[in-house]
Amino acid sequence: MAGDPMIRLENVKKVFPGSSRAAVTDLSLDIGRGECVTLIGPSGCGKTTTLKMINRIIEPTSGRIEIDGRDAMAIPAHELRRSIGYVIQQIGLFPHRTIAQNIGTVPALVGWDQARIDERVAELVEIVGLDAEMMARYPSELSGGQQQRAGVARALAADPPVLLMDEPFGAVDPIVRKRLQHEFHDLQGRLGKTVVFVTHDVDEAILLGDRMAILNIGGIIEQYDIPEKILAEPASDFVERFLGGERGLKRLALLPINEADLEHGPFVDVSTTPAEAHRVMEQHGVDWLGLLDDERLLGWVDGDLVDSKPLRDLDPRPFLVTLDTESTLRSALDAVVTSHARVAVVVDDGIYRGMLDLESIAEGITE
Amino acid sequence: MTTWESVQEFLSEPTTWSGPDSIWTRLGEHIWVSVAAVIIAGLLVLPLAVWLGHIRRGSAVATAVVNIGRAVPSFGILAIAFLVLVQMGAGVGEPWAVLVALIALAAPPMFTNTVAGIQAVEPATIESARGMGLTEREVLTGVELPLSAPLMMEGVRIAFVQVIATATLGALVAWGGLGRYIVDGFARQDMGRLIVGAVLVGLLAIAAELGLSAMQRAATPHGIRPAR
Repeated sequence: MAGDPMIRLENVKKVFPGSSRAAVTDLSLDIGRGECVTLIGPSGCGKTTTLKMINRIIEPTSGRIEIDGRDAMAIPAHELRRSIGYVIQQIGLFPHRTIAQNIGTVPALVGWDQARIDERVAELVEIVGLDAEMMARYPSELSGGQQQRAGVARALAADPPVLLMDEPFGAVDPIVRKRLQHEFHDLQGRLGKTVVFVTHDVDEAILLGDRMAILNIGGIIEQYDIPEKILAEPASDFVERFLGGERGLKRLALLPINEADLEHGPFVDVSTTPAEAHRVMEQHGVDWLGLLDDERLLGWVDGDLVDSKPLRDLDPRPFLVTLDTESTLRSALDAVVTSHARVAVVVDDGIYRGMLDLESIAEGITE
Repeated sequence: MTTWESVQEFLSEPTTWSGPDSIWTRLGEHIWVSVAAVIIAGLLVLPLAVWLGHIRRGSAVATAVVNIGRAVPSFGILAIAFLVLVQMGAGVGEPWAVLVALIALAAPPMFTNTVAGIQAVEPATIESARGMGLTEREVLTGVELPLSAPLMMEGVRIAFVQVIATATLGALVAWGGLGRYIVDGFARQDMGRLIVGAVLVGLLAIAAELGLSAMQRAATPHGIRPAR
């Protein structure tokens, strides 16, 4: 992360009145400009308390919080918050205001004129994937997923540099959640906000976090690093237990296919002679043959059919799952176990790029 | 003389329609004292109720207030207020004792409904409002008051209807209002006068109920109106 951090927590402590134990004991954390940091840990680890201290919904007991180099405690809370987008699990849309009015809340507070607000609201509705006709509706007339899109749009309205999100996708059903996660991931890639994202879902933390901070009870940071590093080298037993099973699979989901690892495999052009085809199958130790027509992938044929007629006249079967060069090793693994031939085929715009087998995927993770 | 004939006779007297004991005078007295009692009660308790609702305290107080309000008899307050005020130099026949008793009657439902109405606003809605940078005043005026308006208006409606019914007691401490007809009707064995008074109080209470229900609906923000 170049330059100063966007958000800096220094020895931050929070003891709630009437509680003998600190919810957050002594937390220091730097979050870089444009970085998405996910905070994750068991309940009681202080992740939500930490998040809410950044916009002073919860006032810290002691310590220092800086946002963009400014002491957060030195600014009136409401002014501080107008430059920080805030999305919570329960969404909290105003039920008595239309979606458009809800989204326009902060611009109206900071005094934009109505024409500029209208323009911005229309733009945001599009960005978060809502229909324009939703703008005139009230929150109770929207589904949970639509409401949360509106919640994200409202948080982005005045283009704040910082976004705080507290389990924003926790209350929607798993299918919608998955879609919202991926859309938010894309959105974040485009907008480059500094995001602090609290979640209890490990996969969500891995998917969305440029870095993830794993917290233990009392706001103790067990590990703060990029997800790949945490999955590959958990810093403690706590982290390892917390990440749970299938750590290898979770890592595969983070690793893109490396084009250098692709093998050509038993794939030949349709002009190849039967004798040559047999030699290729033998060389790879397989009883099937991938067919290409001038680099275009046609499919595969059973090895027994190679002698029956010229390769060009065979009727190849399609690969059920193909990958593109953007795919991850996890989807490659999925393709391997799904495909008849036990390989993952990588195709780019119809052009055959190469294939991966189980061994090359396993190599990818140990590199 | 049948009851119906006595009603007709009362309605045919010229003093029924003009002068100090006419229906218009009594109706006017009844309405202004009731309206004044509700407004003064509101001015007295609503600021405290709004504040307690906003800081999310005092729901126990609110429950206690409404229970005490139910337990204390309006007639008792009226009698004591009458005695105390006369001692202090108020004239017999002046409305002040009635006003005091009616204010005491109107205050509890308005107080309780306001505290409860504001506290019924979803904490998440208020947290997100604060999180976006609304000041405390903006949270109150922009979120809590509009969303609690239906319950607050319900408190006003309950208070007003009770006050209209109870203002009838004013006649027992020598004040006017529609109760005058009922009390005098009993005293003079004038059934027509008594019945007209009772029916008018009933009609007025129903009119208040209907009018304030309409106001309650009008005060309900669009997005939280129940679907029909």
